[in-house]
Amino acid sequence: MNATLTFDAVHAGDELPELSYPVTATTVVLGALAARDWRPMHHDYDFAVNRNGTQDIFMNTPNQAAWFERYVTDWTGPTGRLGRMTFRMSGSVFPGDTMTLRATVESTETDRAGCGWAKLAVALTVAGDVKTTCSVRVAIPTAADDNPWTRRGDQWIP
Amino acid sequence: MSGSPGATLPPQVASLIGQVQYEETGEFPVERGYVWTTCASVENGNPLFWDDAVAEDITGGPIAPPTMLSAWFRPHHWSPGRDVQPMPLQIHFDLKEIFDLPEAVMSDNTIIFYEPVRMGDRLRTRQILQSVSEPKTTKLGTGRFWVIDVEYLNQRDELVGVESYTGFGYRREGSPS
Repeated sequence: MNATLTFDAVHAGDELPELSYPVTATTVVLGALAARDWRPMHHDYDFAVNRNGTQDIFMNTPNQAAWFERYVTDWTGPTGRLGRMTFRMSGSVFPGDTMTLRATVESTETDRAGCGWAKLAVALTVAGDVKTTCSVRVAIPTAADDNPWTRRGDQWIP
Repeated sequence: MSGSPGATLPPQVASLIGQVQYEETGEFPVERGYVWTTCASVENGNPLFWDDAVAEDITGGPIAPPTMLSAWFRPHHWSPGRDVQPMPLQIHFDLKEIFDLPEAVMSDNTIIFYEPVRMGDRLRTRQILQSVSEPKTTKLGTGRFWVIDVEYLNQRDELVGVESYTGFGYRREGSPS
C-alpha cells in the first residue's frame, strides 16, 4: 500500500500495479458471507449449476466491489477516498479462476471545491477474458497536508 | 432501457416508477466484526480499518469500508418469530414475481459515496424503481432489465451513499412458464 499518493504524481495514462489472485471456493463463500449475502448461488454448487445454469458458485457483486476498493486504495494509500464506482459484469468469477485486476488512469481533474480526482478504468480478467469492468472516481490529496476525508457537504462532490 | 413507463408495462409496475418504497432501518448497528471479515475476505490491509491511530488521524475515528454499504441492510438469515425471509432489494424480487421470471442476475451497479459510515451508526435505506425495459432476449434467456436506486442515510439523516442496480430477470429457454 502506498503511504501517501498525492495528486501531482498522478497523470492520465498511468497504469496501476497489477494484482492477481487465485480464487477458491473459500474466496467466494467468505466474500458472500462477509457481505451478508446468503443467496445459494454463492455457496451451493448444486443450486448454482442446476438452477442458475452456471458452471459453479460465483463471486457476488458486493465482494467484487470490496476487491476493487482494496485494489484502488492499495495504490492511493489510506488518504485516497472513493467517490464513485460503476461496475459492469460481463462474466462470472468461479473457484479455480485466477483473477487479475489492472487499471489505467483515464483522466484527472480538480473540482470547484479544490478536490483532486482521478478517474480510473479498472478491469478484472480471468485468463485474458474481461469479467468485470469498473470505472472509479477517487479523491487524492492535492498536497501532503490535504485530506479528502475532511470534505463534507458542498466540499465533497463525488 | 426505458426511462419512463413503457406501453407494455403493466399499470402496477408503471405506477411504481419513481416511488420511494421499502424504507427500513438496518437490523443492527455498524460493527467492526463485519469490517474485519470483509477486509480479510479481500486481504485489504488499509490501516484505516485496522489501526485506530491512523483512523483517528485521517478519518476522525474508525470507519467501515465504503463498499460495505449494502451489507448493513442484508437481513439475518434467520431470526426468532419470523416466518418469511425478507429480501434485500425487495423491488427486484417483486418484479421477478410480477413478470413471472424465475431467475435473475445483476448486470450493472453504480455506488456513490458520501459521508463515511462509522462504527455504531444505525443506517436506514429506501428503494426507488427507476426504469423497466421492454422484453429482451440474452444468452441467459428472455426477460426484462430494470434499474433500482437504493439510498442510504445515517441516524443524523446524512446521506452516506446511493447504489443504483441494473437487474435482469429472465426465464431460461425451455423452462416451464
